[in-house]
Amino acid sequence: MADDKRVAVAGVGMHPWGKWGRNFVEYGVAAARTALADAGIAWEDVDYVAGADTIRNGYPGFIAGATFAQALGWTGARVSSCYAACASGAAAISNARAQILAGLAEVALVVGADTTPKGFFKPVGGERRDDPDWLRFHVLGATNPTYFGLYAQRRKALYGATDEDFAQVKVKNAAHGLSNENARYRKEVTIEEVLASPIVADPLRLLEICATSDGGAAVVLCSMDYAKAHGITNPVTVNAVSTVTPTYPNTVIEMPNFATDSSVSVAVGERTFRSSIAHAAYEEAGIGPEDVSLAEVYDLSSALELDWYEDIGLCGEGEAEQLLRSGATAIGGRIPVNPSGGLSCFGEAIPAQAIAQVCESTWQLRGQATGRQVEGAKVAVTANQGLFGHGSSVILAR
Amino acid sequence: MTAEVTPVVEGFFDPSIPALLGSRCTDCATVFFPAEETWCRNPRCTSTTFDSITLSQRGRIWSFTDAQYQPPEPYVSADPYVPFALAAVELEAEGIVVLGQVASGFGVADIAVGDEVELIVEVLYTDDEGDKVVWKWKPIKGADNG
Repeated sequence: MADDKRVAVAGVGMHPWGKWGRNFVEYGVAAARTALADAGIAWEDVDYVAGADTIRNGYPGFIAGATFAQALGWTGARVSSCYAACASGAAAISNARAQILAGLAEVALVVGADTTPKGFFKPVGGERRDDPDWLRFHVLGATNPTYFGLYAQRRKALYGATDEDFAQVKVKNAAHGLSNENARYRKEVTIEEVLASPIVADPLRLLEICATSDGGAAVVLCSMDYAKAHGITNPVTVNAVSTVTPTYPNTVIEMPNFATDSSVSVAVGERTFRSSIAHAAYEEAGIGPEDVSLAEVYDLSSALELDWYEDIGLCGEGEAEQLLRSGATAIGGRIPVNPSGGLSCFGEAIPAQAIAQVCESTWQLRGQATGRQVEGAKVAVTANQGLFGHGSSVILAR
Repeated sequence: MTAEVTPVVEGFFDPSIPALLGSRCTDCATVFFPAEETWCRNPRCTSTTFDSITLSQRGRIWSFTDAQYQPPEPYVSADPYVPFALAAVELEAEGIVVLGQVASGFGVADIAVGDEVELIVEVLYTDDEGDKVVWKWKPIKGADNG
């Protein structure tokens, strides 16, 4: 059909998340080879490579597309490398999808991988007094968990969220990730254990804040025509990729900013930035939250997962705690969230993370998510948000 | 020794008032903190001229948290590290929320969303050149904090 804006997911692959301490290229290539094997497509048949960049691994990280292409062996494929903070992987998927939909490429490989330092993310080196990301650490000591703490505390004040609710998100995700061989943390935890872990950014505790991880993820995308011609039957399809920016004024304080936009002369819009991300994806796919079978959302903190419930339309504002307590977002519930185990079990490997959400969605929609399968999954939505106005949401279906 | 008191960051606040320094677009009246002085960021405004302004010295807590673990560099920590609280404070007249540390001696148990706070200036750290000061939000004693 002429207005078919879908592309097929031919293959997916990951390198397990962990703290391996090796070169990020290794994880990316391993994930790429796994995805190509899953697709049954030879590397030489890929005509577009989209790399998601890492900013903590020197020059090869800034030109990740070419780095992975060289490591796989130069083939003359066209290439792009892009950085979009936590949305880098989805931005790379968006690039690849656009090339395919424009008829400029038939098969595209999307790869993201990272090697991360221990502890808090800190700004990249050097004294940069004109960089808000450097300044917020220097002037305020505001780490990423500072912002997560602000959001969590506000949920408590506005919606009656409790420390037990936040802990319950961790407990749920830990149970989901138990049998996920790509997850870094595979250990059951209890509410008591979560609540006994030290507070990092009040009210958030150590077990509720995602770690920084090494890992790699890749997807092979192809046109629907290519899939049909090459015997890829009934593939999972990408039906929407949203990479919208905020609208002015953005009145929620976000990393790495010192302040929000001012609402003094321009009226505040209908949607917050986070809720506009998934909204745009739903519009593009022509579906609504009621059509979704599962969601993979960016649980940088346990409390942030609750914000996402509302922002992707699973429930109304202020109703996330109720949805969690009902068991709806656990596997077996009405709308499982983070069946992979989420960032809670993976830790964050920035450029790989949004791609990993697509990998998990694909396995779920194929019925291949052993030990964590959402029965009868037909539609998956992913969502994430990063620094400086980058975010993404991808809708997949089968 | 004549150590000098200097702001930890240039142009964000005036310690002598004390007040945060922002800018206001001369066309659309949108307020910016930190000050915007090149192009207006209201998408419907093409102005390039701004007035320098000081922001309200009082506001209400939008949310708050703390830093129980020492932030990494370039934060300069006291040794031993002393945890501090942070608050995002809503300034009504400017329609803006500004982040800052909470004044020394106040922790998360002393504040709540909606509480009124005022801007003060405190020493953030001291180096060879003297004291480096920063703005902080201080709970207002006796204010109607519901």
